[in-house]
Amino acid sequence: MNGHGVWAIYRFEMARALRTLWQSVATPVITTSLYFVVFGGAIGSRMQNVGGVDYGSFIVPGLIMLTLLTQSISNASIGIYFPKFTGTIYELLSAPVSAMEMVIGYVGAAATKSVVLGLIILATSTLFVNLHIEHPLAMIAFLLLTALTFSLFGFIIGVWAQGFEQLSIVPALLVTPLTFLGGAFYSIDMLPEPWRTVSLFNPVVYLVSGFRWSFFGKGDVSVAWSLGFIALFMALCLALISWIFKSGYRLKS
Amino acid sequence: MEPILRLSGVSKTYDGGHQALKSVDLDIRRGEIFALLGPNGAGKTTMISIVCGIVTPSGGTISVDGHDAIRDYRKARRMIGLVPQELSVDMFETVIATARFSRRLFGRAPDEAYIEQLLKDLSLWDKRKSKIMELSGGMKRRVLIAKALSHEPDILFLDEPTAGVDVSLRRDMWKLIGRLRERGVTIILTTHYIEEAEEMADRVGVIAKGELLLVEEKTALMAKLGKREMDILLVEPLNAVPDALSEWNLSLEDEGHRLRYAFDATAEHTGIPSLLRKLGDLGIAFKDLETSKSSLEDIFVDLVSHRDEEQAA
Repeated sequence: MNGHGVWAIYRFEMARALRTLWQSVATPVITTSLYFVVFGGAIGSRMQNVGGVDYGSFIVPGLIMLTLLTQSISNASIGIYFPKFTGTIYELLSAPVSAMEMVIGYVGAAATKSVVLGLIILATSTLFVNLHIEHPLAMIAFLLLTALTFSLFGFIIGVWAQGFEQLSIVPALLVTPLTFLGGAFYSIDMLPEPWRTVSLFNPVVYLVSGFRWSFFGKGDVSVAWSLGFIALFMALCLALISWIFKSGYRLKS
Repeated sequence: MEPILRLSGVSKTYDGGHQALKSVDLDIRRGEIFALLGPNGAGKTTMISIVCGIVTPSGGTISVDGHDAIRDYRKARRMIGLVPQELSVDMFETVIATARFSRRLFGRAPDEAYIEQLLKDLSLWDKRKSKIMELSGGMKRRVLIAKALSHEPDILFLDEPTAGVDVSLRRDMWKLIGRLRERGVTIILTTHYIEEAEEMADRVGVIAKGELLLVEEKTALMAKLGKREMDILLVEPLNAVPDALSEWNLSLEDEGHRLRYAFDATAEHTGIPSLLRKLGDLGIAFKDLETSKSSLEDIFVDLVSHRDEEQAA
């Protein structure tokens, strides 16, 4: 195990975030505050409680999920895409670092950043609503698992992408819509059929629901389903990554 | 002594079907400077990239000091430093941060004293806190060398080290290479500048179209190059070489207008002054002298074009 190598990659990636600390933190904080003003304040005041939870609080898990998914993907994908783009990947490929160690470095750093952002958003939300977290340990576990899984997914996108457009296409065209339609701002119980059933095919529903359960003790689907889904998606990503390194796909010729 | 690097039957065919390397066998000796000479597209970079693990070979094996480059890649790669041809650097990093990064990436514990000395050796110490994007092209190349040496490799690959480099950096680079060799570092450089190979290398390998055409001691190669010819342009043509000149190896060319003398430029006595005196004594007038020197370039062009003819036949 090349611990120094893993640490070097992790530090390098964290330093990249620290250089743009202001944007990294300010953007999500401002965005979240806007969501609270619009959804929590303007619309929420005219809405009933959702399943006994005040609407302002209800959207907190969804908001955190939204940031967690998009940030995990963009952090990890840019992390590995950029060396490909600038050519500095030669050094990674020629280093005594295994595929696994490279993934730990990049994905670990991306996940760390999005977890920190998730916690910042959580802290910001307490300025707007009174939050009580039912299962704090489960909440942290969900946060970590989701960040890791979607950072793995982002890593795959970064390896696959051959241009900056492709890099942003998956988050913009897939993840954000799925998150909005995944019950970030509503309970899927509020949807009429057939949309309720259709929603059950949206993977983000399971993430948001599980995360919401850790806050309020109830979600749209059972926690077991949520955990099962994250595990499944993570296994898929790991399988894809191991194939990438075995075949050298878009990394090596 | 066992070679520090051994390539056996290494070949590479890219996905598009382009065969970049055709079964290359090569032993690199411990501590030598080996110049791989060849035109653009000859397979030099492909060969280096395969050894360094950037390109997957289609066939053959590579052994780095006894470690298989694929099975035992950790040990093999720790021994190797690579300075690529392209100026691929992390623009937003500082010089010292990128050198520290490279050292750790290659599994070495931090060593500030070593990094400091390295940056000083490369005249980068004053710029250590500068972002790489602020540096000139020559300085960026120094940064790449610093990165490659940051983990104290035993083998250093320099891919076209002086391409697009100014005179002062080129001189610095040669000095640095000299110092590294004193420390026992084996150096393999690719170049298409023949003077570079002549200046620095112990051995020269000539590669073209994915084939290693020749590997030879530079001195042996230079001895071949030592053969020179001098043409004496005569005022009046001669019918035959006068008997009085038989002790020199002379021939008549150009219908008796040129007297051609083949000699060994590396010998202590070339015989030129005595020949010219003798010509004066004999009253043979000449108007001009031409000497031609066969360089590595000639040999190289010869080899490559010879190859092409063979293939065409």
